[in-house]
Amino acid sequence: MNRRDALKSVILMMGGTMVGANVILTGCAPEDQIVGLEFSLKDIAFLDEIGEAIIPTTDTPGAKAIGIGEFIVMMVKDTYNAEQQTAFVDGLNFIRKDFKSSKGSDFIKATLEERTAYLNELKAKATADAEDKNAGVIKMLQDLTVLGYFTSEVGATQELRYIEVPGKYEPCIDYKPGDKAYAL
Amino acid sequence: MADNSYDAIVVGSGISGGWAAKELTEKGLKVLMLERGPNVVHKTDYKTATLAPWEIPHRGRRTTEMMENHPNLRRDYVLNELNLDWWAHESESPYIEKKPFTWFRGYQVGGRSLLWGRQSYRLGDLDFEANLKEGIAVDWPIRYNDVAPWYSYVEKFAGISGNKDGLAQLPDGEFQPPMPLNCVEKDVAERVKSAFDGKRLVTIGRVANLTQPLDGRTQCQYRNKCSLGCPFGGYFSTQASTMPAAVKTGNLTLRPWSIVTKLIYDKDTKKATGVEIIDGETNQTYEFNAKVIFLCASAFNSTSILMRSATDIWPEGLGSSSGELGHNVMDHHFRLGANGTAEGYEDKYYFGRRPNGVYIPRFRNIGDDKRDYVRGFGYQGAASRSGWSRNVAEMNFGAPMKEALTEPGPWNMGITAFGEILPYHENTIKLSKDQKDKWGISILEMNAEIKENEKKMRVDMMNDAAEMLEAAGLKNVKTFDSGYTFGQGIHEMGTARMGRDPKTSVLNGNNQVWDAMNVFVTDGACMTSAAAQNPSLTYMALTARAADFAVNELKKGNL
Repeated sequence: MNRRDALKSVILMMGGTMVGANVILTGCAPEDQIVGLEFSLKDIAFLDEIGEAIIPTTDTPGAKAIGIGEFIVMMVKDTYNAEQQTAFVDGLNFIRKDFKSSKGSDFIKATLEERTAYLNELKAKATADAEDKNAGVIKMLQDLTVLGYFTSEVGATQELRYIEVPGKYEPCIDYKPGDKAYAL
Repeated sequence: MADNSYDAIVVGSGISGGWAAKELTEKGLKVLMLERGPNVVHKTDYKTATLAPWEIPHRGRRTTEMMENHPNLRRDYVLNELNLDWWAHESESPYIEKKPFTWFRGYQVGGRSLLWGRQSYRLGDLDFEANLKEGIAVDWPIRYNDVAPWYSYVEKFAGISGNKDGLAQLPDGEFQPPMPLNCVEKDVAERVKSAFDGKRLVTIGRVANLTQPLDGRTQCQYRNKCSLGCPFGGYFSTQASTMPAAVKTGNLTLRPWSIVTKLIYDKDTKKATGVEIIDGETNQTYEFNAKVIFLCASAFNSTSILMRSATDIWPEGLGSSSGELGHNVMDHHFRLGANGTAEGYEDKYYFGRRPNGVYIPRFRNIGDDKRDYVRGFGYQGAASRSGWSRNVAEMNFGAPMKEALTEPGPWNMGITAFGEILPYHENTIKLSKDQKDKWGISILEMNAEIKENEKKMRVDMMNDAAEMLEAAGLKNVKTFDSGYTFGQGIHEMGTARMGRDPKTSVLNGNNQVWDAMNVFVTDGACMTSAAAQNPSLTYMALTARAADFAVNELKKGNL
């Protein structure tokens, strides 16, 4: 059983809100963070492109347009502990090196299709082997990209249906494929 | 009237204190309501209530700084950036865990009435008679008939929405129309009903959210942000409900930042003459006098005030002559149950964010059902479609994932059990002999654990959940047990129990302290047993009842 999902259902029932999870409800002691962890503009641009590959522009803007790189950097600095921060930084470095060595060019110079294909391969590796530390960074990138995008103004109001004050509860309405979910 | 003299003092402004203030002021008393923390003004002080998701700095996730600064709060959902300051910070208000204890408190005007889960159920005679019938602890000095009119009274004013389910073990109340079950919940309810011969009921929660306007309060707008404070007054809190009524009388004086250090006791009259406070901001001490005092500071705080009072006569405090002051700590143990997926509802959805779920009332140890433990448990839960945070392992990044996450995911339903903890004499709170808080007040030591009865109950709590969900046709049904730490239910009760005999109880059947008949304790401290139902509605009813009694006694010259 996915303990996280179980906890999620506990939280929803207690009226709390939960938006994904990294270290929650366990009460585990966070280790110290990496002191002076900083990301460069190049890092942020890199993360923008990774985010865009995960959630691209379609008929609505994608992750890059909402500044996903800055969002990811902020979340890694504020909400990750040292172990997670290390894994994240190592993972980004791995992607840079591994993409270059396996595809022969820099990630930042590749096409969107090439980048997306590579990240999907990484995701498949991480799914197949949960212990793969290198591939494991893709889970963090997916989690933060999805979080940042769907809670952004664009994501919530354009891609989803954002209703701040529903005013009522309709318990059983028709749904057809393609109808957008509600943002909250 | 002298500046520091009142007819009544109410200590605490939460679920119970707000009611005491309302009732006593409406009956003509000049009332001083003391709250140990800051004021929170209805609507204006709900700073995060209308934030859009993109306006929340960390989107509701916890920062490592928060985690480090709050080693206790981080044990559960209460640690979040949206209402962090409404939960007492452990660094300011420490306590000692002789055994693991999670104590989440609300030290501001409104207390936890701002934060509570709002589930509101009556206790019945199954609960009031249980101690007597099973030879456990002491008998409640009241029965359902004593409290029933007061349940009605508080339900109507507070505004409780719910369904009349016709069960003896969960007496019906005075309800506004119930919130509806969604499609999956409805079908699950029907299937569970028939699979168990009508003995197990899945019904809508009885919740202190309005489904109709009430006294100038707007009905619930289905935003599901209650614990951030409701700009519409859609749920019961001191701010939305009891405080305005008290203020309207012109008889209320509210003093925030007022930490009661002790009652001032006159051993000749055998009454408390007032309270001593220390101002939380200035550290100045003050005395206030009153004819009647209501302790509604939340269970352990009301008891700790008693423990610090009249210690020249009783070293362990006022009410300790019973031998039970600080004993019989209770809570509801929970955090286990089951969930599963519902297939076949892909063409169904819902609109609005219902701040309520299903309730499954106790069915164990009822009628012919006899388990290897006594008492029982209820369930809270809900069905919903998963959102964009779900993992789609097989879905590729790019447009396919974006489109998939734009649509709602599979239907899931989960239920969590809340079980009764028996009153054990050895589950205690005590004042520390040497450790004090920043105001020089001795802090509490908690020493409580669940025992055999609860552990045996937990087996059923988990398995019965799976059994019901499977019978309802859900797939991938899995049980979970996330572990429970005492106090985590945030329903801490006991330590100044009601009873029939001053040698075995701290309070009589009117919530009066036997050793000081003008002191009333009507919050969780007074509970003689815990039942399985959420307790706040009972605190409201007992408070209103005791306030009525107190005023009558004053009029007769008995107090």
